[in-house]
Amino acid sequence: MIAAIRTVMQKELRESFRDRRTLLNSLLIGPIFAPLLFILILKLALSRSVASQDEMTPVTVANAAAAPNLVQQLRASDMNVTLRDGTDAEIRGWIAETDALVVLRIPDNFGERFSGSKPAAVLIYADGSDSKGEQHAARVRAAVAGYSALIGGLRLQARGVSPTVVQTVVIDSVDVSTPSARATLLLGMLSYVIILATMLGGLYLAIDATAGERERGSLEALLTVPVVREHLIYGKIAAAAVMMLLALALVIASIAFALHAVPLETFGMSANFGPEVAARIFLTVAPFALVSAALLTVVASFTRTYKEAQSWLGLVLLVPTLPIAIAGVLSLQPQASLMLLPSLSQHLLIQGLIRAEPLPLAWTLLSVASTLLLGLALTWLAGRLYRREAILGL
Amino acid sequence: MIRVEGLTRSFGAVRAVDGVAFEAKDGRITGLLGPNGAGKSTTLRILYTVLRPHQGSATVDGIDVLRDPLATRRAIGVLPHSAGIYPQLTARENIAYFGKLHGLAGDALARRVDELIAGLDIAGYADRRAKGFSQGERIKVALARALVHSPRNLLLDEPTNGLDVMATRALRAQVLALRAAGHCVLFSSHVMQEVAALCDDIVIIDHGRVVAAGTPELLRAQFAAATLEDAFVAAIGDARGLE
Repeated sequence: MIAAIRTVMQKELRESFRDRRTLLNSLLIGPIFAPLLFILILKLALSRSVASQDEMTPVTVANAAAAPNLVQQLRASDMNVTLRDGTDAEIRGWIAETDALVVLRIPDNFGERFSGSKPAAVLIYADGSDSKGEQHAARVRAAVAGYSALIGGLRLQARGVSPTVVQTVVIDSVDVSTPSARATLLLGMLSYVIILATMLGGLYLAIDATAGERERGSLEALLTVPVVREHLIYGKIAAAAVMMLLALALVIASIAFALHAVPLETFGMSANFGPEVAARIFLTVAPFALVSAALLTVVASFTRTYKEAQSWLGLVLLVPTLPIAIAGVLSLQPQASLMLLPSLSQHLLIQGLIRAEPLPLAWTLLSVASTLLLGLALTWLAGRLYRREAILGL
Repeated sequence: MIRVEGLTRSFGAVRAVDGVAFEAKDGRITGLLGPNGAGKSTTLRILYTVLRPHQGSATVDGIDVLRDPLATRRAIGVLPHSAGIYPQLTARENIAYFGKLHGLAGDALARRVDELIAGLDIAGYADRRAKGFSQGERIKVALARALVHSPRNLLLDEPTNGLDVMATRALRAQVLALRAAGHCVLFSSHVMQEVAALCDDIVIIDHGRVVAAGTPELLRAQFAAATLEDAFVAAIGDARGLE
């Protein structure tokens, strides 16, 4: 009985390993290319944010002659100042034409009001819908505010008053997020990558072993061997699960490898992804391979052709991402009750491991137990479905 | 030895098989002859346990097909209507896979597979992947697969479908050899010539019922026909599906 399950499993694996297309889709595209692509995007995003911190902020000043000291101050605070005179309408035209342009217009009466110690207005023009322009505008605003505070302080001092008198409340922000936790905001997507790559690993085998076998006309012959039908399908599920475990190991290895290529530390972030964490992630997600192998097999059992199975299973791939997305929207905190939900529990545990947060052992055990239970239930269901005559697709 | 009594099976409103009864003896080739859709495949499918009848019974070597499907499957070799084989496995692996599922292992399995490869003249492509096999090559592998556990009884559903002349002749030779070895061969066909050339006993089926049965001589005599073809036409009322 067990021998038959093993025979079927070995045969399905052997066929998959000989089929270049299956192998490519299962073990190369999902587990190896997806993380590399993900890391590449991460790297690009990081290098962009660093560049915008370092580069000089460009600002165009109109009517600079009215406020030479302010312009001096802008230059002193690392701004790339361009002088260009124009009316309100002209300035609006420049901003429409040029990306990320920020214009500081100094009204003609600026000098008069300034020397009379009255509030002197300046105008900052920027396109608020342009994120880069808005970033530049914020820096110009801060520089002008700094200049205003500096001059105000000097005026008070000249009148014999300490500038601290007007500083009633001072805000001191303390950022308590650890470098790892900050990284997790970006690396939070990694659990999706891991779970999806795992499922993709067994997708083609699951289709081939069910809808494919029926389409090729070998199913009827297979059903005439003296083996209980359930055992045939258990063997196929086991084979899909083995492929998924392989994909899981590969995707974890390629993530670990690719993360080395991103200098996360330079950005004050770190990902906890050493060999021990990698091994623990593998063990955490491994039971999920049974759930997805059985789930894909059950769904593929209802389809008539390889193509039909492919389109349905594409949708099924989204099912495990739903609890993760919903939990993300509701910003649910990890807790014991969530460990009962397969896919969500794996997602939360992976996040915890990458963040180097302490995870109760009970959570892991709950996740493993509930996932295995669902996997066995789906496997049983697949067995029931294979008992039906309709499985032949007559 | 296969015995069928009162077999009935419907699909929705359609009665595919309606009280079919016949006997296929050891050492003889029994042909199920009938036009397409007459109920031949359904009858065979009930015998090889992938369908259950709504009424009636069937035994193979005395084993109740309905009560003990596993024992029945051990006693029969099956070449189903769609005899697909696994394209990524070699011919040898295809045969061995079924041997393993029948409980064979090790040397015994290897010896039996070699025997079949030699006996069915598969040696030329035994270790090639089945992907590019011709229909004739595929059928031979499927037949070897059906024989791997040396069953006493053989069920063949339209085995010569899509075969060229040479492949058909080779298959006929195989079936005759099996008869000579004392096997009970039951095969379905809608090809008159084939049944006439091979069968010792003929069961003519139409609309799910047995309309006539017996040796070719008996059938000719029964319908006072000069040829088997005439007897067939007389039995089913017209020349539907004849080839």
